[in-house]
Amino acid sequence: MTFAVQDSNGFAVVQLCGEIDLRNSPEARKLILTSLKKQKHVMVDLSAVEYIDSSGVASLVEGFQYARANDLEFGLLGVSEAAMNVLRLARLDQVFPIYDSLDDRLSHGG
Amino acid sequence: MECAEELATLSICSCASRLKLLRSLVRDAASLAGLGDDDVDAVVLSVNEACTNIMQHAYRMDPGGRIEVTLLDDGDALVVRLRDYAEPVDPAAVYVRDLEELRPGGLGLHLISSLMDEYGFLDPPAGGGNLFQMKKYTARDRGRS
Repeated sequence: MTFAVQDSNGFAVVQLCGEIDLRNSPEARKLILTSLKKQKHVMVDLSAVEYIDSSGVASLVEGFQYARANDLEFGLLGVSEAAMNVLRLARLDQVFPIYDSLDDRLSHGG
Repeated sequence: MECAEELATLSICSCASRLKLLRSLVRDAASLAGLGDDDVDAVVLSVNEACTNIMQHAYRMDPGGRIEVTLLDDGDALVVRLRDYAEPVDPAAVYVRDLEELRPGGLGLHLISSLMDEYGFLDPPAGGGNLFQMKKYTARDRGRS
């Protein structure tokens, strides 16, 4: 499993895909934190995530906390139903900024 | 419980690369037990979380550890037992944390408590280690079909 990062309109978009579990969540965490150290605005695209467990969610929480502590922006894009179900159970759907897409985020300004 | 039918048993090393294989088996076993789609997803995630906890906390990511997962249909519930050979866990030290506290760890047990009908440690097995059991009731789903 290899995740990708794309730069677009001043945003780094980390694209996670497939099944995120303890096997690959360290890679996701590293990619998210590395992106936050390079770019002020980081979005994680979860539209192609088929499964995510607590270790994957923990990677997102770490990114969110790092961004908040360093005055950076962190959000989620196109959260798949599978991922949203887990975020709801963890009561994080109201914590993370969530957008349909990068265009949706850009339309919010800021 | 004496009529429990064993659906499947899987013995895996404490290695994260085995989680996908485990989820696949659990998904099929939960369907076989008569659970609906949402409940199947709930069991798959819960077993994944319980196994992840064993790998991270009981075996401290040592891939030499062994985990045995047994799935039973006891007539009323799908029963999942996870047995490890790590240092005994103090059940009192394992609790569902307050989600108001935003931090990366400790979500697994919260997910299990939200998704399963029963969960907890059974008496320590002979030979040491830990035995964790979860149940998801099936009778309701069977009544619908």
